Amino acid sequence: MDFFTIVQLGDASVRMAIPLLLACLAGLFSERAGIFDIGLEGKMLAAAFLSAGVSFASGNVWVGLMAGIGISVALSIIHGLASITFRGNQLISGVAINFFAAGLTVVIAQGWFAQGGRTPSLPKDARFNGLDFPGALTRVRDKMQASPGMQFYSEFVSGHSILVYLGLLTVPLSWWILYRTRFGLRLRAVGEAPEAVDTAGISVVRLRYSAVIIAGILCGIAGAYLSTAVQAGFTKDMTANRGFIALAALIFAKWRPWYALGACLLFGLFFAIDNRFQNIQLQVIWIMVLLIGSAAAMTVYALRREKIDVLVLGGLSAVLAAIALVTWFGTASGEGINMIAALWETVKVPSQLIQSLPYLFVVIVLAGFVGKAIPPRAGGQPYVKER
Amino acid sequence: MDKMPKWADVVLVPVVSLLLAAIISAIVFLAIGQNPWEALKLMAYGAVGTSDFLGYTLFYATNFIFTGLAVAVAFHASLFNIGGEGQVLLGGLGAAIAVLLVPWPHWTLALIAGGTAAALFGALWVVIPAYLQARRGSHIVITTIMFNFMASGLLVFMLSGPLKPEGQMQVASGLFPDASKLPSLNDIAEMFGSDMFGRSPVNISIFIALLACVAVWALIWHTRLGYQIRALGKSESAAKYAGISAVNITMIALLISGGLAGMMAINNTMGINSPQLVDNAAGGAGFIGIAVALMGRNHPVGIVIAALLFGALYQGGAELAAVTDVQVQIVIVIQALVIMFTGALDEMVRSPIEKLFLRFGRETAVEE
Repeated sequence: MDFFTIVQLGDASVRMAIPLLLACLAGLFSERAGIFDIGLEGKMLAAAFLSAGVSFASGNVWVGLMAGIGISVALSIIHGLASITFRGNQLISGVAINFFAAGLTVVIAQGWFAQGGRTPSLPKDARFNGLDFPGALTRVRDKMQASPGMQFYSEFVSGHSILVYLGLLTVPLSWWILYRTRFGLRLRAVGEAPEAVDTAGISVVRLRYSAVIIAGILCGIAGAYLSTAVQAGFTKDMTANRGFIALAALIFAKWRPWYALGACLLFGLFFAIDNRFQNIQLQVIWIMVLLIGSAAAMTVYALRREKIDVLVLGGLSAVLAAIALVTWFGTASGEGINMIAALWETVKVPSQLIQSLPYLFVVIVLAGFVGKAIPPRAGGQPYVKER
Repeated sequence: MDKMPKWADVVLVPVVSLLLAAIISAIVFLAIGQNPWEALKLMAYGAVGTSDFLGYTLFYATNFIFTGLAVAVAFHASLFNIGGEGQVLLGGLGAAIAVLLVPWPHWTLALIAGGTAAALFGALWVVIPAYLQARRGSHIVITTIMFNFMASGLLVFMLSGPLKPEGQMQVASGLFPDASKLPSLNDIAEMFGSDMFGRSPVNISIFIALLACVAVWALIWHTRLGYQIRALGKSESAAKYAGISAVNITMIALLISGGLAGMMAINNTMGINSPQLVDNAAGGAGFIGIAVALMGRNHPVGIVIAALLFGALYQGGAELAAVTDVQVQIVIVIQALVIMFTGALDEMVRSPIEKLFLRFGRETAVEE
């Protein structure tokens, strides 16, 4: 892998990370204020649709962006109504918003544009296009022959749409708001101990509504980025579970802005690798080491604990070991060679497995073996005055 | 004193929620230039207009009874199993393996084997999320969502590799042997000389679904385990103080939930007219289970009624999409509205009704 490939991979990671990052920060504001939000996905999707639709109709992408933010904030307010005003179940409200957006975008797109549930392709001037910095090369052939520093500047630093730079700026901005302003202090407090905030004479309801509205704005930008910068138009289910991955990144980031940037870049790298390398080959011996190694680690962990741990983790270890053995024997019988030689054969890793890696990683993170993540204490509980 | 009579809680609140959902749906129809009344008539005809359509409605309702029960059992333990979709897919995998591996001589044996395997696979798919919830406190909602995505990856892998017969183009398993096909209600009707239900796939799984309802009812309200599940759901600390193991009950409740979702596979793989496991076999039924459980107030009787309603909605929506320009996703919009009003905005619907009853109740009390 040459340097330019690495730069390209980094470039793609950043592009992939931006919508995750914006959604992740949206979740951060909401959850820091004590409101769980699994409706990030739906808000992004609705914003992606409306910003593409309005950009197409008006020919101005900024108007489209505003429309996207508008619908996303509207859904946020519905979520606020359900979870703050009427003290309903925040998870169920989020689920409903996700389905609402998934269904409505397609139905309305068909009703307005009659192209099978998508918006028409956006012309170039109704999109967010890449900004070329002064002196940056734009043609791939020029870039490949340039010096490493120039490659880095032209490919990695320059050439993104303005939303990418704005998205990256939201990280220090969020940090500053949360940790250096009075509003941020109160917002964090309302997620930990709303009764204390209430006693101090500050409105819990108003703070929480502000938090979900900020979440709506960020999700709106994320959605608009997908349909007007990454792609030229809205297609059905185009958010492709990014809202859920953002939630996982949020937990991995322990509800902190800078960590969120790191987590989202890591997930962005996963997607970039998945997009670029379709055919990943691995030697059988590495598969064996990986699978049997984790099986052994889990068994050792379980044996020192209770019966239920032995049962579950032991069973999982057995499954992993079985997969390893099936791969080994399968290679040996398929190639007609002896067992030892089969260890050095390469097999193709199923593309479905590569695509599932982000989700698998999320589960491992959630299992809490990679550092303990402690959510805001009052998260998910409606606040009732004078209980 | 009760704030309002039981019938109001069980009947009136869901009906009002449903009406609100219907009003918003009507607005959606208007926004895309369709006449809501015409659309409703078309959907009603598509759902129950002919004996074929009715059969499809019952077929979908069977799916939703299973997934609705699955969500409800977890809800009784205050757990939100949103992974029904993945558990259904794994159930299908289990059923396909059980039926394709052994040439069962009769459908009754195939039903027992396939049903057991489906339930087992569905339950196994929830083991890790359940364990992580019970032992590590990882949130069941996020983990089961992730397991849904992984399940669809696993299914595509199995259907495009190990389970796909040589030379078949479609991403699907081979057809199940004829002997293992579950009799459809039409087959039964034909024995009496009638052609009821026509070509629709509704089959004897619907009776298994109803049996499952009775079993869940007995389990939740008439066994020690059911009591423990409900106790845990009401208050974890009180349940622990009463000597109930939160870890074990969490695991068991979720395993039962996953098993019920997996059982759905007997209907949508072994029961259909050309029985096989196809990609995306669940078709959203796992998620509709959430709406069904919420609307049915987590009670088997309510779940059957809600499942019939959603079966009609699903089939009616498909017919609507077939004859008009409306996309079939309109069903998802209505489903979302029902989840919103019966689940998250329950308080908004309930509290005005409660206030009405309080005022009314007080007046009668004074008269007495």
